[in-house]
Amino acid sequence: MLTFIVRRVLWAVLVMFVITVLVFVIFFKIPGVDPARAIAGRNPSPQILAEVRHQFGLDKPFPVQYGTMMKDLFITRDLVSYSNQGQKVVPEIAAATPATLSLVFGAAVIWVVMAIAMGVAAAVLRGTVWDPLLMIVALIGISMPVFWVGEVANLITQSRLHDTFLFSWVPPLGYTPLTQDPLGWFKGLLIPWVTLSILYIGLYARVLRANLIEVESEDFVRTARAKGLTERRVLLRHTLRNSMITFTSLFGLDFGVLVAGGALLTEVVFAIHGVGYLTYQSLTNLDLPTIMATVVYGAFFIVLANMLVDIGYAWLDPRVRPT
Amino acid sequence: MAEPLLEVRNLKVSFRSEDGVVKAVDGVSLTLAEGETLGIVGESGSGKSVTMMSVMRLITDPNARFEGEVIYKGRDLMALTQDQIRGIRGAGIAMIFQDPMTSLNPVHRVGWQIAEQIRAHERISEKAARARAIALLNSVGIPHASERVDDYPHHFSGGMRQRVMIAMALSCSPDILIADEPTTALDVTIQAQILRLIKELRDDFGTAVVLITHDMGVVAETADRVAVMYAGRIVEQGSRRDVFYQPQHPYTWGLLGSIARLDRPKPKRLATIPGLPPSLLNLASGCAFRVRCAHRFERCLQTPPLLDRLGNGHLDACHLEPQAKKDARAGAAPPELVEDAP
Repeated sequence: MLTFIVRRVLWAVLVMFVITVLVFVIFFKIPGVDPARAIAGRNPSPQILAEVRHQFGLDKPFPVQYGTMMKDLFITRDLVSYSNQGQKVVPEIAAATPATLSLVFGAAVIWVVMAIAMGVAAAVLRGTVWDPLLMIVALIGISMPVFWVGEVANLITQSRLHDTFLFSWVPPLGYTPLTQDPLGWFKGLLIPWVTLSILYIGLYARVLRANLIEVESEDFVRTARAKGLTERRVLLRHTLRNSMITFTSLFGLDFGVLVAGGALLTEVVFAIHGVGYLTYQSLTNLDLPTIMATVVYGAFFIVLANMLVDIGYAWLDPRVRPT
Repeated sequence: MAEPLLEVRNLKVSFRSEDGVVKAVDGVSLTLAEGETLGIVGESGSGKSVTMMSVMRLITDPNARFEGEVIYKGRDLMALTQDQIRGIRGAGIAMIFQDPMTSLNPVHRVGWQIAEQIRAHERISEKAARARAIALLNSVGIPHASERVDDYPHHFSGGMRQRVMIAMALSCSPDILIADEPTTALDVTIQAQILRLIKELRDDFGTAVVLITHDMGVVAETADRVAVMYAGRIVEQGSRRDVFYQPQHPYTWGLLGSIARLDRPKPKRLATIPGLPPSLLNLASGCAFRVRCAHRFERCLQTPPLLDRLGNGHLDACHLEPQAKKDARAGAAPPELVEDAP
């Protein structure tokens, strides 16, 4: 177990190193991108540009720049944003994390519950019209881009039907911290949760249905029936239990990606100032320190999610447990 | 004669498929007495497994159609509700399957899987069910049963898993154990052990056994009575003695001829039955074996009924007269002998 964790941590360090170098190189190699120009403002004189370059260390050689940035990010943790003078990046990300976690956790609860309900229903109702009907609904869910669903949801709940009894409870866009106002937190996030989860409900329902049908033809399911178990028990304890192995490993990876900033579109559409939103802004402003910090943050969560998936996998499937 | 424990009456199972209707089982009738061992023999696709799976109502294919009756303790299993048949599965009639490697759920402990079956049929505490699981594992010869009860199936070898399956099948003291090719997936040495175990447990528990196999050797060792199936029908049925020493159907001759024997002179080649089993799709009437039979004649175009042609309870479905069969079998070139090296 210890070697497992050590190996994982070393792996994570390697992944982060490669990613940061890559981001660094890409950033400076993009044609037409000059961070100094972005920092200096409109129509800067050559003197000002040179001064900015010097001030931000942009005139130093590549490896030195990289080293300085990593030192500021990891050791002194006082890396400063290019576009937002004086704004320290690390606290900014720390402040944005709760919003992202709130959004992703809530959506995950909805998508897991709904996907299991739909997937199981479709598999059980196989041979009836309900199965293809549910799967078409799932496919529609997968096909709708999240930013479009988000905008439509905003149009309806913030504008068109906002004054009716249906959506008058919806607060204005933005994020209310849970610690400040739990009810406001919930109200403000409900629509974003549903929006974000739609794609995953569709995806997971389809995957689960296919997997349930596959497991259903396994010999041990026939054994379970031959034992005289109820259909319900065969489904829950034998078929679904085995299908959860696939479901869970998929879930861990998607969850990791979303926490890492993958909910960017949802955050932007609903003005939730999370890590995705931060990434989006830093990308539009070519703010290298923030980009770098969000990338490192994201890589960390993805590696963490992978590790949790592996542990969860061993927990669900005794065959892969180390002995 | 006492009421049989299980009686299958004219069972027909067909599957609708894209190419037409497949008659997997076409009018099978069987009886099983208490404590008796019935061997059902036939090649793959002869309908032997489908017959017994239908008895358990384990065929979930929505394209399957069933006809006929299966009488167990005065009740027609085919007419029972799902709830009623569930009470019989595992408790009255238990089944073990061909591949022990895949027949156990990989994510649950073996003791848990046995206890699950006990608790499905009896009001008993988890602890008591577990204690019984240990006792059962012990009785099927699993060493250190009280420790192994918490192991997962992948910790067991194939033979050991089949023992676990047998322990599970016997956990509710069923009247009937259906063993569907229980030794096919195992090594030969393990096969013998498992067969011996089934025999011992049958004697200890008084369980009637239906042994489905394609291996005449297995039947010779275990069965009291034998039914030979071909293309969804029973072609011969009788006591083990009769079927082995006076086989009446040319197909049975072929099966018996294909056993490699060490106590006879070595044939140059092991006898085979020419041709392949017929497709069960839109099977023409008449004897299904006729195309592969060396003794066919005009009457074979009519379906031969399964009759007691000898008057001793030994049934067969071949139009030949008993005497003609004797002659035909004697005349059918005996396996050629290899000249012993000088």
